[in-house]
Amino acid sequence: MEYFLQQLINGLTLGSIFGLIAIGYTMVYGIIGMINFAHGDIFMVSGFIALMSFMILGIAGVTWVPLALALVLVIAMIFTSVYGWTVERVAYRPLRGSFRLAPLISALGMSIFLQNYVQLLQGARSKAMPPMIEGGFTLMERADGFTVDLSYVRLMIIVATLVLMIAFTTLIAKTSLGRQQRACEQDKKMAALLGVNVDRTISLTFVMGAGLAAVAGCMYLLLYGVIDFYEGFVVGIKAFTAAVLGGIGSLPGAMLGGLMLGLIEAFWSGYGSVEGKDVAAFGILVLVLIFRPSGLLGRPEIEKV
Amino acid sequence: MTTSLDKAADAGGPAPAADDGGSAAARRAIDWRALLIEAGITAGIVFMLSITLVGIHIANVTGGLAILTRFADVVAAVVLAFVGRVGIVLIREGQPIPVLIGGVAAAILGLFVPPMSLIGPIFSALTGGEWTPSVMLQVVQVAGGVVIALRAAWVTWRTRGTLAEQDQRTGGVDRFGAQVQRATRFIGPIAVVFAFSLPFLFYDRATIDLATLVVTYIMLAWGLNIIVGLAGLLDLGYVAFYAVGAYSYALLATEFGLSFWICLPLAGVFAATAGLILGFPVLRLRGDYFAIVTLGFGEIIRIILLNWTQLTGGPDGISGIARPSFFGIADFTRRPAEDQLAFHDWLGIEFDGIHRIIFLYYLILVLALFVNFVSIRIRRLPIGRAWEALREDDVACQSLGINRRNIKLVAFTISASFGGLAGSFFATRQGFISPESFQFIESAIILAIVVLGGMGSQAGIVLAAILMIGMPEVFRELEQYRMLAFGALMVTIMVWRPRGLLSHRDPTISLAAGSKPPPDAAKRGARP
Repeated sequence: MEYFLQQLINGLTLGSIFGLIAIGYTMVYGIIGMINFAHGDIFMVSGFIALMSFMILGIAGVTWVPLALALVLVIAMIFTSVYGWTVERVAYRPLRGSFRLAPLISALGMSIFLQNYVQLLQGARSKAMPPMIEGGFTLMERADGFTVDLSYVRLMIIVATLVLMIAFTTLIAKTSLGRQQRACEQDKKMAALLGVNVDRTISLTFVMGAGLAAVAGCMYLLLYGVIDFYEGFVVGIKAFTAAVLGGIGSLPGAMLGGLMLGLIEAFWSGYGSVEGKDVAAFGILVLVLIFRPSGLLGRPEIEKV
Repeated sequence: MTTSLDKAADAGGPAPAADDGGSAAARRAIDWRALLIEAGITAGIVFMLSITLVGIHIANVTGGLAILTRFADVVAAVVLAFVGRVGIVLIREGQPIPVLIGGVAAAILGLFVPPMSLIGPIFSALTGGEWTPSVMLQVVQVAGGVVIALRAAWVTWRTRGTLAEQDQRTGGVDRFGAQVQRATRFIGPIAVVFAFSLPFLFYDRATIDLATLVVTYIMLAWGLNIIVGLAGLLDLGYVAFYAVGAYSYALLATEFGLSFWICLPLAGVFAATAGLILGFPVLRLRGDYFAIVTLGFGEIIRIILLNWTQLTGGPDGISGIARPSFFGIADFTRRPAEDQLAFHDWLGIEFDGIHRIIFLYYLILVLALFVNFVSIRIRRLPIGRAWEALREDDVACQSLGINRRNIKLVAFTISASFGGLAGSFFATRQGFISPESFQFIESAIILAIVVLGGMGSQAGIVLAAILMIGMPEVFRELEQYRMLAFGALMVTIMVWRPRGLLSHRDPTISLAAGSKPPPDAAKRGARP
């Protein structure tokens, strides 16, 4: 029971991070119908920016942890958003209305470019950071000394994800930006006729996706304390799996898929083998797609000639 | 070069025509304020992009990390972006000549006087900091200058770059693509003859090795083309079959001592079986879901190879894989085993290590041409036409009574077997394989070649493979920039030609207007 609880906590934290990245995939897929392969690398870039901000703030003497964290989050979100915007502007916007595979190849190229860009500029070795936030609550203790810990980092990640999700859902559901975004998702031509600036909305979608990925990047860095240029690929693929699992195009689906994937990974490595966790993730993806192709919360796709 | 239609479009366009008569007025009409704002925004974005990853370097030092700064590079990048944007806007506003001069000047300056020798002292004077220059900056300045100058030259030549003209240009490249396709029946044999005579033209180990690599990718891309180009299914996990082929040969050769010539067809069969097994579950899926599941399978196979240590050796891979003999007759070693004949003794020539390399090159060339032959032939069969129908319209294809599941499965299986053949060649050439060689990036590269070549175009794939694999290998000195350039090339080609270099999607067989279907592709060329 105690072991189970610990894995549950681990899974929820990991799942929150996957979910935040998955939202970027699912929003972009919803609005322009392409898999943004570079999104995982945007997440990796944000991890590097967060690490830089931590180190610079440390030199500047900002030692009060909550302030430093807030600053790092804001800095990472701003700079990562610029990357997200630029990727869309350079690699995808010229291909709007082109055939289906073109933006996908462009995205693959962008992903390779970003990985090597970071590798060249920051070096290939992984960067390890000393833990920023230490300590936590001990929730339970078993007779044999096994304790269930909820560290402050994990607590912060879960709470921050919850807050962000509520804010983000409100943004999409209530504001005019959200309405424009949903309109573009349904019918870009009609939305343009009604005065929605489609290009701007799509750009903003990428910016929002990159912003959430930046939060995920900061949290990933806080949780694991290490980042390297290749990190984006694996995490990105898993986040995409999460988006598909939840039903691509659906925001609650992305979050649900992320949490499920996080839990699956945690329990698989807790009770099975650590090596097998990736196979489990992909295996479940395949099963879900075969038996429920539209994902858990997705709308079934209508085949049109 | 401009047609009367373009002139009409120019005259009716928002900006006045930049021909000699009206140019004086047009030149004065440049809105400098808007220009500077636009260039400023570009420079600002470049600043935001570069200040973090370029400006700050997190270095691994003993005992942790250290921060180093490279702000001069940021300044240089921002200045270059600003100047470059001004140039682009000026070209757009019909003033290409100053830009042409400026671009050439910048490139020459960058080539002989590196930008850091100019900015460096100013920077040190201002901040007093030491600064190590980066070569990348020089590359960016020279390349940027050349690109802008070329663009300006192009515009000067064509008088003005209008949208209509751009369409015409794209149309021109399309027509060129179609012509190349038609000319393939003449160029094709020449290319094959050239490919066969290559080892004699360049009797050089490095060149033949590079050619072998390129031909391997051409073969893989031709194999993948059956799924992607003909059947229109996006497969992101093709490397799985490549891995199955490589490991089946490696295991059969090391465990049972079977020769390459027995294993080659077996590897094809194993890969085809893998394709059949993996094909069944993904058949129901369409479009992007199909892509993701194939990607998942590719990763699953790689992870299994990595973790099934007893069978595959895990991350250490399998080494000491037997090299192929000359069709079982002779061996390519200096001193063969007791009952074996050495190739050089057999022919009575001097021993030279290059014999095996040339043999391997011919081996992959023949395999690749086999794949090409099969795909060209299979396109004409009912199954090939069914694939093309599937590619053009999934639902319509089914309504015509074609069994989608079966034809997808056939495409998957045939394509997989070709991947397996290439895999076993890879294993025998390298003599060592490990899961490292079968990462997702390989699938991405092969797919990129297929799409960049223009899906479904056999000649385009050759062109794209030479461009994507050959070019970066030639510039080996810039080793570390290789993959960076590769990624940038993919984006650039896609933005420039979204349908690929030689895109040309005529169905293999079509009804000509009011006449009988032409019996072969040659007659299609004569169609109005």
